[in-house]
Amino acid sequence: MTSPVTGTPDVLFEYLLRLGDDRLVLGHRLSEWCGHAPILEEDIALANIALDLVGQGTMLLKAAGAAEGSNRSEDALAYFRDAVDYRNALICELPKGDFGVTIVRQFLFSVFSVLLWERLTSSANEQLAGIAAKALKECRYHVRHAGEWVIMLGDGTEESHRRVQAALDDLWRFTGELFLTDDIDRAAAKQGVGVDPSELQEAWRAQVEDVVRRATLSVPADVYMQRGGREGRHTEHLGHMLAEMQIVARSHPGAAW
Amino acid sequence: MSAVVSHSRGEIFEILESVKDPEVPVLSVVELGVVRDVEIDAEGRAVTVVITPTYSGCPAMKVIEDDIVAALRDHGIPVVNVRTTYSPAWTTDWMSDEAKRKLEAYGIAPPGRASRHDELVPLRRRSAPIRCPYCHSTNTRIESEFGSTACKAICYCDDCRQPFELFKAL
Repeated sequence: MTSPVTGTPDVLFEYLLRLGDDRLVLGHRLSEWCGHAPILEEDIALANIALDLVGQGTMLLKAAGAAEGSNRSEDALAYFRDAVDYRNALICELPKGDFGVTIVRQFLFSVFSVLLWERLTSSANEQLAGIAAKALKECRYHVRHAGEWVIMLGDGTEESHRRVQAALDDLWRFTGELFLTDDIDRAAAKQGVGVDPSELQEAWRAQVEDVVRRATLSVPADVYMQRGGREGRHTEHLGHMLAEMQIVARSHPGAAW
Repeated sequence: MSAVVSHSRGEIFEILESVKDPEVPVLSVVELGVVRDVEIDAEGRAVTVVITPTYSGCPAMKVIEDDIVAALRDHGIPVVNVRTTYSPAWTTDWMSDEAKRKLEAYGIAPPGRASRHDELVPLRRRSAPIRCPYCHSTNTRIESEFGSTACKAICYCDDCRQPFELFKAL
């Protein structure tokens, strides 16, 4: 086996943390539907997608801990960091809302994920390239699932159309953050490890607009884009979510099951 | 300490054929493609089994690891390590025709070829016809691409009116 080219530890840690946190947080939000989805098949589907995302997050946080050199485990990173130390994009942490909000968010994020993983399959970091190839296959199922729902709901009843359009309008201002580029992204891209996310925006927009049109929905007008998640400035929602996600591990530190 | 592993690599693979996937107990972890390699260290003291997960979040992986260690210990191999690799990414294309036949006989429609150039969100699904594992009709439909486990979809046969599962192509 050739030795993996890794990128410098500080950049790699921060870069992997962002990737991992996006998936862990969104996966947890999706898992909140378990037992509550509108129909049984959908309950199972959302739980399955949540499982894929938490699984991807686990692999990424494990790799982040190894890159950091501290050997913090994926569990230590997931359960013993506070909101200010999380690096996920804000769109991932917003409450699950109604089914329309969940599906629209899932669609917007899954298209981004597919484009990102396609590029990261050729990362110079062998481990990340391996995770990307795996996650890409799973995310193709996710984007098809959410995209078909967006079309069915948008081109459905007056009520379903109204709700998904409202969800799209509300979520739009959180999409810009996915494509923001800072020093970490630039360094990771320069080292061949990561991707400059701004390079994905055009393809993302084309894919999203195509489905939005087929769903008879309207693409929201340009608005001020919210940001802050990559620097640890989160909405009030993340703290509440983490309190629930972390309480068992924090109440029984060191417990194994 | 003298060498304790008297088994060849091939013999170890044979032992691993007895370890079944806990969620699809008709297939072994070798047939499923989860076992990627078997290494015996130079001193012949330890065996390392290299595995790869089917899906990133597959909850059966821990059980599979434990079952592999237990099976090899039962055959007198005391030191067994299990190493996980993600690359190359697991695909249902690794499944043999024999494995697919076993799946169908068990009541799970086997996966078709994993395609690589699908349109991201097709307006209508144009997958190859899926054959009902019970009556073999292809008058079937996918109810949901997500089923009882990460690797299965839910289908329905419009001829024998039987819901059934499909092992998803990945």
